[in-house]
Amino acid sequence: MTEPLGKDLLGLEPLSAEQIRLILDTAEPFKEVSERAIKKVPTLRGKTIVNLFFESSTRTRISFEFAEKRLSADTVNVAAVGSSVSKGETLVDTARNLEAMRIDMVVIRHGASGAARFLAERIQSNVINAGDGTHEHPTQGLLDLLTIRDKLGHVRGRKVCICGDILHSRVARSNIWGLLKLGAEVAVCGPYSLLPRGIEDLGVTIFRRIEEAIEWADVLNVLRLQLERMNAGFIPSLREYYRVFGVTQERLERAPRELVILHPGPMNRGVEIDSRVADGPHSVILHQVTNGVAVRMAVLYLLTGGRPEQAEAAKRGREGGE
Amino acid sequence: MKPMVLRGGRVIDPSSGRDDVADLIIRDGRIEGIGRNQGVPDGAELHDVTGLVVAPGLIDVHTHLREPGQEDRETIATGTAAAAAGGFTAVCAMPNTDPTIDNQSAVGFVVKQAVAAGAARVYPIAAVTLGQKGEQLAEFGELVGAGAVAVSDDGHPVASGQMMRTALEYARAFGIPVADHCEEPTLAAGGVMHEGVVSTRLGLKGIPAVAEEIMVARDILLARHTGGHVHLCHMSTRGSVELIRRAKEAGMAVTAEACPHHFSLTHEACAGYDTNAKMNPPLREPEDVEALRGGLKDGTIDVIATDHAPHHYDAKEREFDDAPMGIVGLETALGLSITRLVDGGYLTLPELLDRMSTIPARIFHLPGGTLAAGHPADVVVIDPGARWTVDVARFRSKSRNTPFAGWDLAGRVIRTIVGGRTVFSRT
Repeated sequence: MTEPLGKDLLGLEPLSAEQIRLILDTAEPFKEVSERAIKKVPTLRGKTIVNLFFESSTRTRISFEFAEKRLSADTVNVAAVGSSVSKGETLVDTARNLEAMRIDMVVIRHGASGAARFLAERIQSNVINAGDGTHEHPTQGLLDLLTIRDKLGHVRGRKVCICGDILHSRVARSNIWGLLKLGAEVAVCGPYSLLPRGIEDLGVTIFRRIEEAIEWADVLNVLRLQLERMNAGFIPSLREYYRVFGVTQERLERAPRELVILHPGPMNRGVEIDSRVADGPHSVILHQVTNGVAVRMAVLYLLTGGRPEQAEAAKRGREGGE
Repeated sequence: MKPMVLRGGRVIDPSSGRDDVADLIIRDGRIEGIGRNQGVPDGAELHDVTGLVVAPGLIDVHTHLREPGQEDRETIATGTAAAAAGGFTAVCAMPNTDPTIDNQSAVGFVVKQAVAAGAARVYPIAAVTLGQKGEQLAEFGELVGAGAVAVSDDGHPVASGQMMRTALEYARAFGIPVADHCEEPTLAAGGVMHEGVVSTRLGLKGIPAVAEEIMVARDILLARHTGGHVHLCHMSTRGSVELIRRAKEAGMAVTAEACPHHFSLTHEACAGYDTNAKMNPPLREPEDVEALRGGLKDGTIDVIATDHAPHHYDAKEREFDDAPMGIVGLETALGLSITRLVDGGYLTLPELLDRMSTIPARIFHLPGGTLAAGHPADVVVIDPGARWTVDVARFRSKSRNTPFAGWDLAGRVIRTIVGGRTVFSRT
């Protein structure tokens, strides 16, 4: 049978709406596994997975590792620091060495856009992009979609505004593709110095001011403002950013409808988001984290040949493959 | 050296406007004459070139030969062999080698290596500033004395307006162009491709068109202010074409070049993170491609240059951010130009040869670019109708970094003659 997703998950741009829905639907039964006392099913028993993290990550790496372990895969974590990478090994040599160890799958986080694709084109193992430069972070996009679907019932027709540093955000790009493909209306809001050129050509609306975005949206996805952006001169100060673009309680109180607030983390409280908003009733930030494990289990399952219609059976403990 | 007769070809000489079927006779390394039914000199090497084009050898005013210092990418021997295979009888070698060509002995080394290689002629371009650092003017007088034909800090712009002004003024005494790589460094910093919707999709840092255009505008204004000759390297944007067009309409003597990749490809070529589509200036938008073709047609852009930039395959087999800029071009320039510009209806073949031979010789004050009697016999024989497939394994260049591998092109070099001696022939 043909694999429903192909060999790799490199981004949401190349996926169809059907493929995205398939992953979200497959994630549903896996949510329950993490709620059990014994959080383990044998689906990926005997599969070996390398988590290859060239950039530091806490949430994404742990989320992938839990997803892998709960599916009974054997996993190895490689961080760039202290590995052959820090001794000057090129990515292509790293890839060839992993291949030679006959691994089944690589989860890669890398600072260069296109690095996941570079790896995928050079090894036979499945490759999952866990964030490449400022390109895509597809599993984050998927877990955001799943969370919106959980909260609002469906994505189609919902108005979602992605707020903040769009220029440097792989989360923004994966969100834009995923949301557009599932029929949402998508906007971005942030200082023009942090909006990439031609973003409107992807099919998104631009709001100049956060007040306008709040008035329009059903959902705000508030991005982390990397603190180094201020030193690079993209914005004058964090204080000014919070005053002009911060998602605050006061601003939300003037919204015509109740908003759902997402944030991919880690948060800068008091910079892009007010603590009262982050901890408030409209925040689904921890729900996103929970969904992250289920979405990643679904991706691992589907890429290793799992059949979507058997996902329900797989989580009950039977073999999910052919 | 035996005399040579190229019999029955279509002789195109843009320097005289000649375009007819004739025989070309070469003796003692020089053009002896062109005519019908000329006698064959005793012992002459006779080539029937019926159906082929005979033209002055192509001249590339922008080549990176990498020697000294980067011989893993190219040497003067392999680079000039690649030039000959591409129909070029002369190339101008850029000075961003290691060490930089910024003193007379370094210029002399390039000249000596080129003579030893014995393929295409090499005219060194020396650095504007010592080490191309933009701080201290190089000794133009000694550089020209040793054989330099122009100065350039190519690879980098001359960032300081004051330094560019001084270079343009000082160069006037020697009658040489100052060739500038137009890129405002703070706007281009960290960029790896054209800034536009494709860079946004790929998450790659862009180099905006305006980074080039600001420097084009500055250089045009400084040329007007100083009376110096500025040559604008590898123009890539429609805005640059428009700025140059207006400058020329105002009677200014600026000159400009465009590269085949910039009028053949757009930024979409980067879409798969193909590092062979990574170059500086970057591949731009369809409107820019169209403007460059129009600029070549109406003479706004004076010449076609290759910006031949060899890189080792290891260096290109990297993440896009980390791969070096540049592609090889000597062996594909003519085919791309005929395919895109002649077959595409922008230029006639004589107009193309003007822009690849006669005008480059004129604006850089080089010998060649003519088939006039008495001039050195630097000649190319072309089959303009031949179709061929770019096969990188057959490149004479040491490097293979091209986005055109596997492309079907029209127009092929059959023979390249330098000083009456065949340096390349395809049998």
